[in-house]
Amino acid sequence: MVEYRIDRRSGVATYLQIVQQTKQALRMGLLEPGDRLPTAREVVEATAINPNTVLKAYRELEREGLVEARRGLGTFVRTTLGTGPADSPLRGELADWARRARTAGLDREDVAALFTSVLKEHFEGDDA
Amino acid sequence: MTRDGIALKADLLGKKYGGRGQGWALRECDFALPTGRVCALVGPNGAGKSTLLALAAGLLRPTEGTIEAPDREHLAYVAQDKPLHPRLTVADTLRMGRELNPGRWNDATARRVIADTLDPEAVVRTLSGGQRTRVALALALGKRPELLLLDEPMADLDPLARHQLMGLLMADAAEHGTTVVMSSHILTELEGACDHLLLLHGGRIRLDGPVDELLAAHTLLTGPVADLAPHTVVESRTTGRQLTALIRREGPVEGPWETRDPSLEDLLLAHLRTTEGAPA
Repeated sequence: MVEYRIDRRSGVATYLQIVQQTKQALRMGLLEPGDRLPTAREVVEATAINPNTVLKAYRELEREGLVEARRGLGTFVRTTLGTGPADSPLRGELADWARRARTAGLDREDVAALFTSVLKEHFEGDDA
Repeated sequence: MTRDGIALKADLLGKKYGGRGQGWALRECDFALPTGRVCALVGPNGAGKSTLLALAAGLLRPTEGTIEAPDREHLAYVAQDKPLHPRLTVADTLRMGRELNPGRWNDATARRVIADTLDPEAVVRTLSGGQRTRVALALALGKRPELLLLDEPMADLDPLARHQLMGLLMADAAEHGTTVVMSSHILTELEGACDHLLLLHGGRIRLDGPVDELLAAHTLLTGPVADLAPHTVVESRTTGRQLTALIRREGPVEGPWETRDPSLEDLLLAHLRTTEGAPA
C-alpha cells in the first residue's frame, strides 16, 4: 500500500502528485500487480484533499493502463513500470557512472545538473 | 436537495438588516452550487459570508430574491460562535444529536470527530474554543446532512487538529457525497480541499465556479509594461519597467511576457486586493 504526501506549495497540481507518486512506487517495486491502491476515502482522510482530486488521479492512471478499477472492490495495480528493481543492469550502469563522476571531482549538484540536462535532451516533450 | 443535481441555489438574493443607516449585507446574488461540491466561501470581513450561510440555513429570511436549500432535517449548520448547551456534557450533547435526528444519526462518525481528545463527561462550558469546535462538528457530521454549512469552522483549531478534521470532512464528502460550503480566511486550508469557489465582496458575488475552471481562465504574467487589452486585468503592479499582472484571459496571451498558472491563493489574493474591478 502506498501513502501519498501532498505538497501544497510545490506548484505541481495535486492530482499529478498522486499520479507521479504512484508511478514512483511502481518503479521502485513498492507496488506490484494485484496490489490495491488506497480508497479515495482513505487518501482524503489522511491528506485533507478533495475526493475528486483522488478520483481524477486514479482515472489518469487507469487511462495509462497502469491500474484498473474493479467495481465495488477498489482500484488495483495492473502492471509494473520501467526496469526499476534495485538489481537491474541499467541501475548498475548508472551507479557505475555516478562513481566515475565522483572520482572525476563532480559534486552532487554538478551531477544533478548534468543528469537533468541529459534527461531534458532525451525526454523533451514527454509527459511527466 | 432542491432540484436535480443542485444542492444550493440563490436567485437575486438580497438581505438588508433593519435599522436606519444599515446598507445591504447581500445584494443580487445568483448562483447554483452542484451537489457533491466542496465550496470555499471567501471574502473580506463584512463581505456577507455569514449572512449568506445563515440565509442558506434558513435562520434569516431574504429581504429580496430567494434561496433554495435542503430542509432542516437534511442540512447542518455550524455557526461561527459554535452555539452548544453550556451545561451538557459532551456525551449528553451527542445523545441529544441522536435523539433529534432519529433514523439518520451516525454515532460512529460523531465519535470519530471527537476522537480520543475529549472526556465524554466533560461539561461543554469548561471546554476550550477548539474543543467546542470538535463537538459542534461532531453534531453536524453525525446528522449525516446533504448540505453542510460551516462558518469559519477551523479558526479555533491548532494545525494538527485542523488537518485531522479537514481530513474527516473530506472523507465524509467522499463516502456520502455531502455538499459542503465553508467560509474561511485561511487560504491554505481551502487550497486542495475545495473544488468550487464563491468569492463575495461588498455583498456581491465576484467569482463563482469550479476552482479548476477559474484557475484555467486566469494567467499570471510578468514582463515589460504594455497595454494588456483585450484581457481583463484583475490586478497589476509596475516596478520600474516591469509589469506583474493577474489577468482573466480573452483568447491566447501574445507578447513578450513570462506566464504561469496562478494558484488558488494567487487568484484569491489578487481579487481580494482590488476593491473595484473585474466583473465576476
